[in-house]
Amino acid sequence: MTNLEHIGAYFLMLKEVFKKPQKWKVFWELLSREIDDLGLKSLGIVAFIGFFVGGVVAIQTALNVDSPFIPKYLIGFATKRSMILEFAPTFISVILAGKVGSYITSSIGTMRVTEQIDALEIMGINSLNYLVLPKVVAVLFFYPILVILAMFLGILGGWVAGILTDLFFTEDYITGIQLEFNPYFVKYAIIKTLVFAFVIVTVSAYHGHKVQGGALEVGRASTKAVVWTSVVIILLNYFLTQMLLG
Amino acid sequence: MLEVKNLHKSFGEAHVLKGISTSFEKGKTSLVIGQSGSGKTVFLKSLLGLHTPEEGEISFDGRVFSKLNQHEKRQIRKEIGMVFQGSALYDSMTVEENVMFPLKMFTEDNKVQMLQRVNSVLERVNLTHANAKYPSELSGGMKKRVAIARAIVLNPKYLFCDEPNSGLDPQTAILIDNLIREITREYDIITVINTHDMNSVMEIGDKIVFLKDGVKAWEGTKEDIFRTDNEAVVNFVYSSKLYKKVREAYLNDK
Repeated sequence: MTNLEHIGAYFLMLKEVFKKPQKWKVFWELLSREIDDLGLKSLGIVAFIGFFVGGVVAIQTALNVDSPFIPKYLIGFATKRSMILEFAPTFISVILAGKVGSYITSSIGTMRVTEQIDALEIMGINSLNYLVLPKVVAVLFFYPILVILAMFLGILGGWVAGILTDLFFTEDYITGIQLEFNPYFVKYAIIKTLVFAFVIVTVSAYHGHKVQGGALEVGRASTKAVVWTSVVIILLNYFLTQMLLG
Repeated sequence: MLEVKNLHKSFGEAHVLKGISTSFEKGKTSLVIGQSGSGKTVFLKSLLGLHTPEEGEISFDGRVFSKLNQHEKRQIRKEIGMVFQGSALYDSMTVEENVMFPLKMFTEDNKVQMLQRVNSVLERVNLTHANAKYPSELSGGMKKRVAIARAIVLNPKYLFCDEPNSGLDPQTAILIDNLIREITREYDIITVINTHDMNSVMEIGDKIVFLKDGVKAWEGTKEDIFRTDNEAVVNFVYSSKLYKKVREAYLNDK
């Protein structure tokens, strides 16, 4: 298949995904399971990464602000802006593309090669709708929460880094994070997160659903899914930034 | 009756099914046999609607599958039970959940009613006390039993089995064969089995269809298979010394 054919097949897949669930009761059950698998189980890694990235941004900014004419509160300001605008939505999404994306591709791919998807289709169940729609809804609901958490923890991580390294004072940092708060930036970050979350699930599910062969092909599909999801996220990040902030 | 008329299926240049016509009756276990690459799996997947044939007709009790709308096709799919070669049980579900799955999707039964039905089919396949186990905790024979239970839980009219004995020891294989035959008669359903297993042919072959290079080369009953002089069938079925001797003994006896 050419890349153009893959893009076409991806959109045809979306048409099948966004159909009315065959049984709402089963859909709600699956949705709660997916929120647990794809959302709650990512809390730890998101909190860990958010906290330390915030710390690193604060330290790097502090080390690069050595002119006495630049106020120290800019360290807090830069940490807050970086976390909200870029590190929380994009960096966390790329990490989740690896963690959640590979999980989705390998679980759907294994179902494909072990004929579990055939078993669904023979019963007359739309396998894409059954398997993918609850995942899409779960991440669209939960990932903004994860990214907002990463923003808070990143800013907290920056403050903790300052205390531990003595590179800046708490008062300066707090003044910085209170300076020029623009709520639109949070909205921008959430819009990006929703788009990236959609890409993570659908691109990974596409790669899993079309696997043919055995375990080796499932592994290859997972790698491909992570690479393509990351590429699409980076490209969309550029265009969304241009559209929403440019 | 399940009728197949002039079925053709190709994949690119490869013409896999070349005009197969046959029929399968209620209450009988029909076996499709043939060498690897003879088109058995494509034939079965075409019957199941997983492949769309380029030419020909598949009719389920007079309902021609290709002429039905999506709703009618879905209705027929609800009447089909399928036992896959690798069982195809859902890894994330327990035995009970696997068997209950079709009930959850297609009936309005409450939990108690569903549990009653699940337990009765699990009892029917002689698999009690395994409700809470996951597929990874089951032996090959147990997985096949769960797959059969799941296939019959909605009282299907048609049961399809893809090599139900593969990977099983001879004793368990015979038990599974007999279970499928008993269920076919008890539920009065049309059963079509894809197999390589000659024990199954001798044991439960009410009707046998032999495919060779995508063509129906022979069909008959398990008794006919002893008497046939069709060279392709004889070479395939009696390829082992044991079966050659069985055939000689049968013919001498007659």
